[in-house]
Amino acid sequence: MSTSAPQQTDRTGTSRADGGGDAYLLETVDIAKIFGGLVAVSDVSFVIRRGSIASIIGPNGAGKTTFFNMLTGFYKPTVGAIRFDGQDITGMRPDKITALGVARTFQNIRLFSTMSAVENCQVGQHARMRAGLFGSIVRTPRTRREERDTEEKAREMLSYVGLAPRLHDQMSINLSYGDQRRVEIARALASDPKLLLLDEPTAGMNPQESAELTEFMRRLREERSVTVLLIEHDMKVVMGVSEYITVLDHGTKIAEGGPAEVRANPRVVEAYLGKKEAEAEH
Amino acid sequence: MATARLRGVSQGTGALGRFRASKHGNRILVGLLFLFLIVFPFFRDPLDNFLDDMILALAYVVMALGLNIVVGFAGLLDLGYVAFYAFGAYTIGWFASDHFAYINHEKGIHILSGQFVQNTPGIHLNFLMILVIAAAICAVVGVVIGTPTLRLRGDYIAIVTLAFGEIIYRFAVNGDAIEFAKNYKLTNGRQAISPIDQIDLPFVSEFDSAFNLRPFYWFVLALVAFVLFCNFRLRDSRLGRAWIAIREDEVAAASMGVPLVKTKLLAYASGAAFGGMAGAFLGSYLTSVNANNFQFGFSIFVLAMIILGGLGSIWGVVVGAVVLSFINSYFIPDVFNSIPRDLGLDFDLTELSFGVFGFLILIVMVLRPEGLIPERRRKLELTEGIGEGIGAEEQVHRVTA
Repeated sequence: MSTSAPQQTDRTGTSRADGGGDAYLLETVDIAKIFGGLVAVSDVSFVIRRGSIASIIGPNGAGKTTFFNMLTGFYKPTVGAIRFDGQDITGMRPDKITALGVARTFQNIRLFSTMSAVENCQVGQHARMRAGLFGSIVRTPRTRREERDTEEKAREMLSYVGLAPRLHDQMSINLSYGDQRRVEIARALASDPKLLLLDEPTAGMNPQESAELTEFMRRLREERSVTVLLIEHDMKVVMGVSEYITVLDHGTKIAEGGPAEVRANPRVVEAYLGKKEAEAEH
Repeated sequence: MATARLRGVSQGTGALGRFRASKHGNRILVGLLFLFLIVFPFFRDPLDNFLDDMILALAYVVMALGLNIVVGFAGLLDLGYVAFYAFGAYTIGWFASDHFAYINHEKGIHILSGQFVQNTPGIHLNFLMILVIAAAICAVVGVVIGTPTLRLRGDYIAIVTLAFGEIIYRFAVNGDAIEFAKNYKLTNGRQAISPIDQIDLPFVSEFDSAFNLRPFYWFVLALVAFVLFCNFRLRDSRLGRAWIAIREDEVAAASMGVPLVKTKLLAYASGAAFGGMAGAFLGSYLTSVNANNFQFGFSIFVLAMIILGGLGSIWGVVVGAVVLSFINSYFIPDVFNSIPRDLGLDFDLTELSFGVFGFLILIVMVLRPEGLIPERRRKLELTEGIGEGIGAEEQVHRVTA
């Protein structure tokens, strides 16, 4: 079985979406990123259905984070196009993409470490706020209201991700690792995203914390109708939560589909375990 | 407001700390301070030297507060801040003196100008107009200087801004050779544009630095109050948070929806505007605009003020500016000047003033790197080795896991 011809990219996931173009929140068309001579990502076409939880997996260096960086506007794809919510966002600035409704967390926590958890979440709402130079200095009624509302929303989000209220005004650097992860998610949620990108959210978490996060992602989709795309190494989390999985290896998409399909796909096994062992297993 | 709520950082101890922590404690203290500053000139001679030093110190406070927005809040190391002093000063040099002597058939243009200059040639605008124009011109220049630095980080920003500062200085020095219509010179270079109009405000008699320094003092005190107010409001606003976010992590800031270009340029522009106001004031107070004032050393002088006081800390910057200014205008020339001669050396301490500043900065960096009155955030960054630390630790963790 292992010697059978490599399975072509599975399209069942895309055909399952029968609501037409609108069913997809995000769509990439053959995007590639080339750094000098290094092809980090090549010709990846990919869709996420509205309201789903999707994952990207792949061995280290497979191009997952590069792919994320293209989706969020940090890298401009060398070729290809990205559509979000019916709009072409290829090469758009990161802050504009955020304003359209994409939020992310980082592989290594990147909170504003000397700001309080609440302030972090207020920065997360930057694109939804309007106060400018004049409004900030004069502190017009509108600015005051905006400050009050964003603070309230920040606290709401922090409570939502499970940060104890007594920690809300704590400088984020003083928080525990798990709490920092929470604040990072709250900060992303504060921007009212339609799509939430989580870059290895369970890194450094113990199994119980990972299970909690898995549960949290489900809740997020149910209660806030946020679509989630996650990069993850913890297979238990990936298989447990995602409806659709895309596998990258050496920058190309080698498989996609539901958890069971992907798990059974020999190319995926090969990518993770190496060819020899994959053969030996069978 | 928001920062006052931060916990986990000491709010100061003892009776003063407790008083400051009380509801209006801080405001009352600031009110008393300003009351004292307003009243004290009455107990001094109108041409008192100390008053003169105070005026200079307060003008430097305005400059330092402006630079603090760029360097302290947004973390953009600007070594060309003197450019805004120059543009502010030349604004008043051009628009409130007889520099353009032939304009309007040698009758000059007068808009709400003081009675001393009512019949003199040249352009003479009211000082308040000059302040606004200087702030506007400098904001534009700030954007122009800031734009090439947008793609750069850290030290490279310093190099580019330093070069700009030097370009402006060279233009100021050689501006007497740049002539346009009717032999108007651009700057008069080291010959200086002089005399500059005295400040003339509505409802009060015209200022005259030859007889009474008090009005200048009160005016610059009001300017300080205004700039302080703006600084506090900006720090605790959407914009202030965005600046600090950029200072801490540009990538995270951008992905949270902070437009980097616009936010950075706003920092440059507002910092520059305050520098321009101070420049215009100094031009009028010193009654001349001399290219010699716009050397690179001045940028370092202002930067030293905010480092000494505490980067990003508004009160720290005020203290730093006052301290360095008094060392420069009082302690070195008047108090300790003869020390080298007393030791049998053949020079005055004034010749070493930049050496003294350098030495002071060195001491501060070794003994109190966060500055005299540290900003809470910075203090934490420096004392607990945080920020980058967590990332590195986490990476180790990930590699070993």
